[in-house]
Amino acid sequence: MSAVLDAHGRPAHDAHDHAHGPTPGWRRWVYATNHKDIGTMYLLFSFTMLMIGGVLALCIRAELFKPGLQFFNPELFNQFTTMHGLIMVFGAIMPAFVGFANWMIPLQIGASDMAFARMNNFSFWLLIPAALLLVSSFFMPGGAPAAGWTLYAPLTLQMGPAMDAGIFAMHIMGASSIMGAINIIVTVLNMRAPGMTLMKMPLFAWTWLITAYLLIAVMPVLAGAITMTLTDRHFGTSFFNPAGGGDPVMYQHIFWFFGHPEVYIMILPAFGIISAIIPAFARKKLFGYTSMVYATGSIAILSFIVWAHHMYTTGMPVTGQLFFMYATMLIAVPTGVKIFNWVATMWRGSMTFETPMLFAVGFLFVFSMGGFTGLILSMAPVDLQLQDTYYVVAHFHYVLVAGSLFAMFAGYYYWGPKWTGVMYSETRGRIHFWGSLIFFNITFFPMHFLGLAGMPRRYADYPMQFADFNEIASIGAFGFGFMQVYFFLATVLPMMRGRGEPAPAKPWEGAEGLEWEVPSPAPHHTFETPPKLDETATRVVG
Amino acid sequence: MAWAADGAVQSLPGGPAVRQMDLAPPATQIAADVQSLHYGLLVVCLLIFIGVFGVMFYSILKHRKSLGAKPANFHESVRVEIAWTIVPFIIVACMGFAATKTVVAQKDTSNADLTIKVTGYQWKWGYEYLKGPGEGIQFLSMLDPAQRQMSDAGKPSGDDYLLKVDHPMVVPVGQKVRIITTANDVIHSWMIPAFGVKQDAIPGFVRDTWFRADRTGDFYGQCAELCGKEHAYMPIHVRVLSADDYAQWVAGEKKHMADAADDPKKVWTHDALMARGQQVYAANCAVCHRPDGKGGGPVKPLDGSAKVLDADHLVQIQVLLHGQNNNAMPSWKQLSDTEIAAVVTFTKNNWGNQTGQTVQPSEVTTARAQ
Amino acid sequence: MSAANDSHGTPYYFVPQPSRHPAMGALALFLIAFGASQWINDLSWGRYAVLAGFLVLFSVLFQWFGDAIRESEGGQYSQRIDASFRWSMSWFIFSEVMFFAAFFGALFWARAHVIPALGSLDNQLLWPDFKAVWPSEMPGVTASPAGTVAPFETMGPWPIPTLNTALLLTSGLTITLAHHALLADRRGSCIGWMWLTVALGATFLGFQAYEYMHAYHELNLKLTSGIYGSTFYMLTGFHGFHVLLGTLMLTVITLRLMKGHFSSKHHFGFEGVAWYWHFVDVVWLGLYLVVYWM
Ligand code: HEA
Ligand code: HEA
Ligand code: CUA
Ligand SMILES: [Cu+2]
Repeated sequence: MSAVLDAHGRPAHDAHDHAHGPTPGWRRWVYATNHKDIGTMYLLFSFTMLMIGGVLALCIRAELFKPGLQFFNPELFNQFTTMHGLIMVFGAIMPAFVGFANWMIPLQIGASDMAFARMNNFSFWLLIPAALLLVSSFFMPGGAPAAGWTLYAPLTLQMGPAMDAGIFAMHIMGASSIMGAINIIVTVLNMRAPGMTLMKMPLFAWTWLITAYLLIAVMPVLAGAITMTLTDRHFGTSFFNPAGGGDPVMYQHIFWFFGHPEVYIMILPAFGIISAIIPAFARKKLFGYTSMVYATGSIAILSFIVWAHHMYTTGMPVTGQLFFMYATMLIAVPTGVKIFNWVATMWRGSMTFETPMLFAVGFLFVFSMGGFTGLILSMAPVDLQLQDTYYVVAHFHYVLVAGSLFAMFAGYYYWGPKWTGVMYSETRGRIHFWGSLIFFNITFFPMHFLGLAGMPRRYADYPMQFADFNEIASIGAFGFGFMQVYFFLATVLPMMRGRGEPAPAKPWEGAEGLEWEVPSPAPHHTFETPPKLDETATRVVG
Repeated sequence: MAWAADGAVQSLPGGPAVRQMDLAPPATQIAADVQSLHYGLLVVCLLIFIGVFGVMFYSILKHRKSLGAKPANFHESVRVEIAWTIVPFIIVACMGFAATKTVVAQKDTSNADLTIKVTGYQWKWGYEYLKGPGEGIQFLSMLDPAQRQMSDAGKPSGDDYLLKVDHPMVVPVGQKVRIITTANDVIHSWMIPAFGVKQDAIPGFVRDTWFRADRTGDFYGQCAELCGKEHAYMPIHVRVLSADDYAQWVAGEKKHMADAADDPKKVWTHDALMARGQQVYAANCAVCHRPDGKGGGPVKPLDGSAKVLDADHLVQIQVLLHGQNNNAMPSWKQLSDTEIAAVVTFTKNNWGNQTGQTVQPSEVTTARAQ
Repeated sequence: MSAANDSHGTPYYFVPQPSRHPAMGALALFLIAFGASQWINDLSWGRYAVLAGFLVLFSVLFQWFGDAIRESEGGQYSQRIDASFRWSMSWFIFSEVMFFAAFFGALFWARAHVIPALGSLDNQLLWPDFKAVWPSEMPGVTASPAGTVAPFETMGPWPIPTLNTALLLTSGLTITLAHHALLADRRGSCIGWMWLTVALGATFLGFQAYEYMHAYHELNLKLTSGIYGSTFYMLTGFHGFHVLLGTLMLTVITLRLMKGHFSSKHHFGFEGVAWYWHFVDVVWLGLYLVVYWM
């Protein structure tokens, strides 16, 4: 990120050509129209939110370390849980992937920038008011929203003013996401360099294209759901109020119509990153490119017809139960195709295990465990036992932390040298990987047992029989948090400051793609004239 | 590891076991079916997992550059790809098929021997025996306040910590019990792991589920849907009795109810109302408004509240009957007229509120009729 | 700014200069959202924040669009950018469709599931007097399960909604005629058709305002009239809001036409607004059928 943080150390640009260097000072960031600068801001923002959400998680884990209330009262505990979920989902994971998209998609497809540079910056800056509203809600009368990140009615109707701040924050984040998604769609569809056909495009661009479609299809639906919550709260409508002919479960249907595609919004770009890294370190072409594209598309389409697997316990008719069970299970098929393709890519490759590859392999292994627990949850009778227990918490942290977050770490180590112009320290990367992997499993694996044993989630206190596994989980959580601080201090910060070995244009022997055709750090402006590509659209020939 | 190692806590039969790693030992056919489905799934997933990652780790170990591996050239094979689409498809189809029978069985609530309506309140459960032996019995069931205090103090103890209620739901063994759930304020969820039952209780709607316990004993569960601050403190305790014991329990309960029934027409003395009101307050109101009546967070204080001090009794009675602030203060209409009158009198004459007013049950009866 | 120009001096791809509009826009939304969240909780200073936010927002929009118009008229936008605009406008409209889908979904769910379920045999346990009829208000039937909703009459399709349908359909026609006029370089007639379109949109809004007054004062049909009132007002209200935006956009386009902007070959601003107008039209047809007739 030094490529962009420090304007001095760069190979001097033509001093007269004002348009070519970044504007000096704060204006460069606030007024940014450069996709790399905006990408950097997205990434820093989301890392900050990861830290805030992480501290909230540590508060949760500290309280759950022992049975009995030690630090917080249950009201505050519920606020922590809710805000942890909201901040991680909307503040950390989603913006981080947009940051990756901003940095990498124009580079990967040979475009000069994102299609709408000013709107791009708007998407980013909208996150700031949203985050301020969310975080400041802790200081509003009655405290932050405490109805869970799913914001189920009618509990939300009982919340204090902070709920409204939260609702508006989500509206703003939704607007940001929709604009970001439109920008990405247009960039991918309309700004590819000549010769970069859709089916030659790197999978990261593909997965993001499909993710962007999911975003524009479901963010407005979420906006609708929370708007109804807002009018129920303040303007006397009865959407979720049975006394007036409404239905609290209707909220859940609308929410999960958004919510399930949302979880794939948080994983598909991760699939894209992994699909870039594994071939690079196996020094072998990605196996089954075409089927990867189709699988991603199938996951996206299926994601629209499975939402009620979050609602088995609300009491659906038996046909609904069966339909959603079968549809959900189907998703294992295209996801499986992806896993198999990655393993086949590794098969008979010539592998090395630098940190990006370590995280990618870690991702495969641990994400699959999360996928399998998802499959177990999708079976309605079993889900009736596990719904709203720590088994679900274990499931989604396996796919979100060891899935999305690990993929982002992999992506950071893989592309970070391109962004900052310096290599990370391999030793520190390894420490970060092994530490994260081990502590992650210490934290979340015991939660499966807790869930099977029936410990409900969103509980500030629990029967004493659950104590031991909670203790282990809490210890793991602090270890995991510590590893992330270590990552920031030992890897990110030095790289941002430009400390480290200078990175060559292509630090990875087996890597392919246009991003490696430009120097490291990537110049402020790249591909201002559409590059001429070779047959495979992975090299610039003139 | 402290808790189990020093024997501070033992497994609770029918409830959680120390370091329990699996589903609860089933006490119904459904729970047993669910458990075997879970085992089946687990085995299939494990096999696939071992298969896939066996290949991957083999490749990681053998196909390393440091071992001189040269990358192969293949990157496509329609045949393999079709195979690994179809095989998983067949596997999941079989899984779904295996589960279908249980789904259907779980949903079949017909021909119940006993029907009980379960109502979720913030934060306790109400039980009403609607049909079958025991018809007409109704009571509330809430967490033992002593345990709630232990929790606040951070000093838990007891094998049934957070699971002990004042009034368990009682059912006969071997009978099909249909549970109808609903809620008064927000969504709750009624679950008993050993029965394989979990059913959300949704305000304004009824939902149902069923179980047939195959052995006597005590079984525990907890509210499983976030319902506000005391979500962790509304346990469920079901006591399964033999037919004879159940009949005895019904007789005892009926007699008890007849004794306790208040005549709403009775005129009470101020002191009697205060004494009764104190009990009602402690059982229902103190969780939010605190024993000192000062409230906290979004909860309004009662001490010094204009509505409590109002000379017009109706003002406060209405709040109790209908709730306010979108049910942040829920409606307490399920309390009896006597209980409401008592607690209103109590709050009007406790702490700094020395109004000297007395509210009689008949006033509540009139307010209700309006 | 992109350096590579094609033979006509239009950049291959236009990347704008750093701009303060986005950050200012974010500030505006912060003021609006923060203010609104306080205002609806009875903190009256909130309304000043909202007001300030809207002032900032309007000035941002004014300048931002001003920049875009200058760039467009200055020939900075190539064919490729034009295509970008087309893609983006189509997908933006798609996202709007999904927003309406949430509310249509709510209406559908309420009618197909909620009302029948509330009036079902099982639910007699809770609402013994409630009969499942839609709209949940008829002689002898309580308007809501709890009987808390004051009796109201429903809004039929006749006469205003039908009239409004005719107005919107006509406006769809007039804007198409305006487009054809522009394509044929008959600017005068284009502007004429445009003003007519604006007038039709404004009349629609006037009628809708009248309809709301009628509903509130004579039919006692309010936002608080149970699920019927909720879905009725939220659906027609959001639609009306979109008509309002569309009318404003049409007005701006017409004024720009009068200033000599757009050419027969290059007028995506015009077309984008026309698409939006057609979208509003189509949503209305859905409303007309589902809300007023069924
Ligand atoms: C990145 C996010 C992400 C991802 C990718 C997934 C993926 C999946 N999820 Fe998960 N899920 C969440 C995030 C995610 N989930 C969250 C956040 C919640 C909780 C929300 C809340 O309540 O707060 C949740 C909850 C949740 C539930 C509801 C639980 C409950 O509340 O009761 C269910 C139930 O069906 C479910 C199922 C699945 C399934 C079937 C998949 C599948 O996509 C998984 C597919 C993958 C595999 C199966 C593994 C690899 C495949 C193979 C190796 C092939 C061979 C396999 C077979 C043939 C079996 N998820
Ligand atoms: C989207 C991504 C995401 C991520 C990355 C995480 C990360 C973590 N989550 Fe997650 N979590 C969710 C999404 C996520 N979570 C969601 C959606 C819910 C559901 C919410 C709901 O029920 O509504 C949830 C709920 C949830 C619960 C259940 C709460 C409950 O039911 O009451 C728990 C409990 O252990 C938990 C723990 C953790 C931990 C330990 C981490 C760790 O990975 C975090 C790692 C920590 C850091 C990165 C912090 C870095 C450290 C510092 C900054 C310095 C430390 C400072 C001090 C010690 C002062 N989470
Ligand atoms: Cu009741 Cu949770
Ligand atoms: Cu899901």
